[in-house]
Amino acid sequence: MAKIIDDETIENVCILAKLSLDDEAKEKAKQDMQKMLDYVEKLDELDTDGVEPLSHIFGDENVFREDVVTNGDNKEAMLANAPKAKEGQYQVPKTIG
Amino acid sequence: MKQYETVIGLEVHVELATKTKIFCGCSTEFGGAPNTHTCPVCTGMPGSLPVLNKKVVEFALKAGIAANCQINQYCKFDRKNYFYPDNPQNYQISQLYLPICHDGWVEIETSAGKKKIRIHEMHMEEDAGKLIHDEWEDCSLVDYNRSGVPLIEIVSEPDMRSSEEVIAYLEKLRCMMQYLGVSDCKLQEGSMRADVNLSVREVGSETFGTRTEMKNLNSFKAIARAIEGERERQIELIEEGRAVVQETRRWDDNKESSHAMRSKEDAKDYRYFPDPDLPPIHISDAWIEELRKSQPELREEKQLRYQEEFELPAYDAGILTESRHLSMLFEEVANLCGSPKKAANWFMGEVLRLTKDKGLDVEKVSFTPKHLADLIQMVEKKEVSAQNAKKVFEKVFDEDIEPVSYIEEHGLKIVEDTGLLNDTLQKIMDENPGPLAELLGGKEKVFGFFVGKMMRELKGKASPDAVREALVKEVEKRKNQ
Repeated sequence: MAKIIDDETIENVCILAKLSLDDEAKEKAKQDMQKMLDYVEKLDELDTDGVEPLSHIFGDENVFREDVVTNGDNKEAMLANAPKAKEGQYQVPKTIG
Repeated sequence: MKQYETVIGLEVHVELATKTKIFCGCSTEFGGAPNTHTCPVCTGMPGSLPVLNKKVVEFALKAGIAANCQINQYCKFDRKNYFYPDNPQNYQISQLYLPICHDGWVEIETSAGKKKIRIHEMHMEEDAGKLIHDEWEDCSLVDYNRSGVPLIEIVSEPDMRSSEEVIAYLEKLRCMMQYLGVSDCKLQEGSMRADVNLSVREVGSETFGTRTEMKNLNSFKAIARAIEGERERQIELIEEGRAVVQETRRWDDNKESSHAMRSKEDAKDYRYFPDPDLPPIHISDAWIEELRKSQPELREEKQLRYQEEFELPAYDAGILTESRHLSMLFEEVANLCGSPKKAANWFMGEVLRLTKDKGLDVEKVSFTPKHLADLIQMVEKKEVSAQNAKKVFEKVFDEDIEPVSYIEEHGLKIVEDTGLLNDTLQKIMDENPGPLAELLGGKEKVFGFFVGKMMRELKGKASPDAVREALVKEVEKRKNQ
């Protein structure tokens, strides 16, 4: 039996993902996540002894860049993406040190 | 009262001295105007793709090899997820499952002798941006110039027992990184940062106490103070029968105290997973071998070589190798002047004294090695007095003047011709008839008086030996008259 997604788990996931869901959405999310876990449980039935965990599917290795500066000063273009900017910097809600 | 032992492990972040960031072609130069070294990759724009800087892997490997580590020849990057404005992707690219290096050690030396500190692992990761708090508008401002600057995090085992050992370990790492050319490790510029994990336990206990992690330590002095402060705090809690809480604390060096940083709701849950944007790294035996061969001479090897090749005392070899930069200058001077011990004395005396007096960073000391070598040779050949040579060296140190012509032009060269010497002697004797009579009368004590007068008058243009010789001759001559 897969882990049951309870209210506490949903609450925790919401905190981690910085989401606030109403009760209806929460209920729906609970069911979706439950389905995902059930699927994973199905996969668990496979015998994977001796199979290396796979993290990347393309098989590429060692994709490198040389240590050469290619970018100039993009400040204006980059800051254009900021919801708010001040004195050449991104302005964000106050954070505590 | 019970006896307590402090148990300390360190997480040291070292900023790598690459020209560009770890995943994009932005400059890593320190001190640029805010956000002038940024691009879509290091500001976390959707759709941008990171590409790994090969130099970062090389530098991490060099550091790992120097610290006697095992290499994970198949390694990869993982995403560490957390929300904070200094981290524009909402995840930091780091290594959790397969760090590039692991299980190494470095040897430190303290007043108690030598000790091995084990390295748990070294991994590659990206630095975060810098937050400035704007009091005016009660908001925060972010500069992403530092976002994506390559770091290696060096995690030690909990093998240290005192602040002295911690400082020795940090100095060891700093020296090693500087010798490898992997980082300049400047604490004040943040290119070396240390987090201290500390717990206390009763002496003899086999189990560890609950540890805390301390951040915001940006000088060796602050680290030493924070360790003492946290040790006291934990012992006090234990003595009062209260529990030490596992938490992250921020050290305030002005107040000389720390406070808890993270509250329960930000309990760590980083949900690491392999970064799908970055293909794995396969490090071949040949690559490791190539790097092993190209490793520069490290401090310990250099110290031994100085003792054997240059026949210097261990003490001199220790001082001269503290900074790789200075040791390179020294070696050139030693080879050019042909007298390593003389060169060593100049470095340990004049060079370090001037560096200290002028409040200079040892890494910034710069002059043409031949200039000091020439000066040393002139002193050897008695062409310039030791005292004048020191004055001239200050000019070499400050302005890198060419000392041979400078000495000629400023009349500081010791004169071989006895004309000037004799003229000066006659003049001084004429001016001091009283002492002269005593000298001629056989009063040896007055001899020194005349030598002193002569030296002052000649301003170092004659060697004390030459002055003494001329004086003896003149006295004999006059006695016989």
